[in-house]
Amino acid sequence: MPNAEFPHKWGMVIDLDKCTGCQACVVACQAENNIPINTKDYFLQRRAYEWIRIERYWEGEYPNIKARFMPVLCQHCENAPCEPVCPVFATYHNEEGLNVQVYNRCVGTRYCINNCPYQVRMFNYWHPNWPARLENQLNPDVTVRTRGITEKCTFCVQRLRRGEIEVEARGGQRLNDERIAGGNYDPACVQACPTNALMFGDLEEPDTAIKPYFDDVNAHPGHGEHDRETRGYRLLEEMNTRPSVIYLKKIDQYPLKGGH
Amino acid sequence: MQEGKALPAAQVNRDLLRSILETPRWFWPVVSLLGMVVLAAAVTIGIMVDRGLGITGLNYKVVWGFFITNFVFWIGISHAGVMLSAILRLAKAEWRRPATRAAEVLTIFSLMTAMIMPIIHTGRPWRILYWAFPYDFARGVWPNIRTPLVWDPSAILTYLTSSTLFVLIALVPDFAVLRDRTTGWPKIVYTMLAMGWEGNPRQWKLQIIAGVLLSALILPVFVSVHSIVSWDFGMAVAIKSWHSTVFAPYFVVGAVHSGVSAVVFAMILLRWAYGWQDYIRHEHIDALGRLLIVVATGWFYFLVMEIIFGIYGLEGDELAVRALQFLPGDHGVAYNIWMIVFVGITYFLPVILWLPKAWRRNLWIMSAACISVNVGMWLERYLLFVPGQANKQFQTFTWNDYLPQWPEALIVGATFAFVSMLMLLFSRVFPLVPLYDIKEGDILKTEMQIGRRTVPATFRED
Repeated sequence: MPNAEFPHKWGMVIDLDKCTGCQACVVACQAENNIPINTKDYFLQRRAYEWIRIERYWEGEYPNIKARFMPVLCQHCENAPCEPVCPVFATYHNEEGLNVQVYNRCVGTRYCINNCPYQVRMFNYWHPNWPARLENQLNPDVTVRTRGITEKCTFCVQRLRRGEIEVEARGGQRLNDERIAGGNYDPACVQACPTNALMFGDLEEPDTAIKPYFDDVNAHPGHGEHDRETRGYRLLEEMNTRPSVIYLKKIDQYPLKGGH
Repeated sequence: MQEGKALPAAQVNRDLLRSILETPRWFWPVVSLLGMVVLAAAVTIGIMVDRGLGITGLNYKVVWGFFITNFVFWIGISHAGVMLSAILRLAKAEWRRPATRAAEVLTIFSLMTAMIMPIIHTGRPWRILYWAFPYDFARGVWPNIRTPLVWDPSAILTYLTSSTLFVLIALVPDFAVLRDRTTGWPKIVYTMLAMGWEGNPRQWKLQIIAGVLLSALILPVFVSVHSIVSWDFGMAVAIKSWHSTVFAPYFVVGAVHSGVSAVVFAMILLRWAYGWQDYIRHEHIDALGRLLIVVATGWFYFLVMEIIFGIYGLEGDELAVRALQFLPGDHGVAYNIWMIVFVGITYFLPVILWLPKAWRRNLWIMSAACISVNVGMWLERYLLFVPGQANKQFQTFTWNDYLPQWPEALIVGATFAFVSMLMLLFSRVFPLVPLYDIKEGDILKTEMQIGRRTVPATFRED
């Protein structure tokens, strides 16, 4: 920890009403985190991978049809099913509420992939490579993962660490919403989202923008869902994984005819 | 239950040691053929370690495929040894005698083969010690004892150690016979292995006590090994068809089913190969066939229960997997047809073949039934593991399918060649039918007068 004075618990809110499915977050994530390029081969082998993916669901029958989009990334569960099954502690929970993956420890049993209800853990089947010039754009702050290990979204921990060093350790100030946005310390997907559908913040910070959504969802868990005041919910709440990511429901302005 | 005539001890020695003291003409060609298959698989494993798991058919969703299926299959086969020697020894079933050694040795070799599978299936097999060996290697990180993946090596290594001890203790009197009949360097090896066996009453007593004690101690291991292997799947919360509490007994009974069938087939092969008609007799195969009817029916009960437990909760995700398994659909692999094939060849076909006494005594029919069971049990594991991972995840967006590639098929096929080769090599060095056990059975053999009929019987005083 750069500065133990400022404890953090990172969280994210995803507003599905604002999401247009443009995939800017996906591209930003690929660029930031040195994720290999998903070539045609990777798709044909069904091994294309993204740390954040836009799930697209069709609702209704043509012509009475709608597309729904949902960005899904590692939920950084407080009660993560992937953590107890790793034999070598390659994945564990750190002090900032992040579910971290230690690439050096991973032996590639892939049990964590099977135990993740959100399917956000990716396995490197091949050694990653980039076309000649593109190697020059690799992010020096992020490890290039070798083949045979599992990887996943980190909430761009390299940016958070830089923020903690620059703002907290050197500046002596708390890394709050304003300073995260001002210093470009928020995750690449959040920064890239053109509609601000993704919001990132620190739940240890009392006046962060995402706090009310978490308070509301935490106050009415699972069975008390209908009492919630915001549109917030968690993915697969019945699994009791307690994700650090909250989704806000889409407001259906024009429901499908005879819709459900 | 004792149909054969009692044979003189000298003839028992001569017949059963023939496989060791003489080389049959077919032996080396067959062993080299199997060896070439094993070599091809070893090269494939080398390529896989060199280039990565990309050369398999595993993908983004289905991350455990043929290798894990094969792992569970061979762990299942390994349950035959304890079932036949420990349980039947404690139950004093006389007909077990010629089958015990082959079953125990099959246990050891199939365990060794099974252990290869999860190792080559990992992404970085050269780091396997961090997982399987409970020591922290000065990194300050001990293995995570909460995961079934750490329970697995403990259970399997315990089972391997105890089975090896079990076989060695049973082999000691036979080593002594071999020591007396060989010359040159084999004699030196057998002398060391016989550990000064003279056949005096005290040694016999100790040997029998050790055998009975190990039989009793090995039983909990027998139950726990496959239970723990089943927890690899039962503990996975995120895959619907896996997350089931019935897996442990279901897997153990299934293991006995496939294991005993494999032993029957191995015995028929050995009887044919080495001419052991006087030792592996029709009555033994008959008795094993009857045992198998019971085991198969127990297994079928758990199969039905597993499906009922899955459907009973009426959870959408679980029903989706069951629909994939049982209903026709537009997905790539027709799992429902495979399901029907698997239940047919694992239960209905073999049990029908085992029911009439005449068929149980027909070695061709018995071989067919036992092979059918093992093909079916392999399919069972596949159909249990893959559909849950493939198409029916919580998030339908990630549905996927799995098509195994040639490296997986070759390596899985080669494991069968590997076990056969090890069994054949073993039969050239150690007696695969226990000499002393057969002689003991012959000594105990007697006849009993019931009314006007004379029936063969066995009396024991303990």
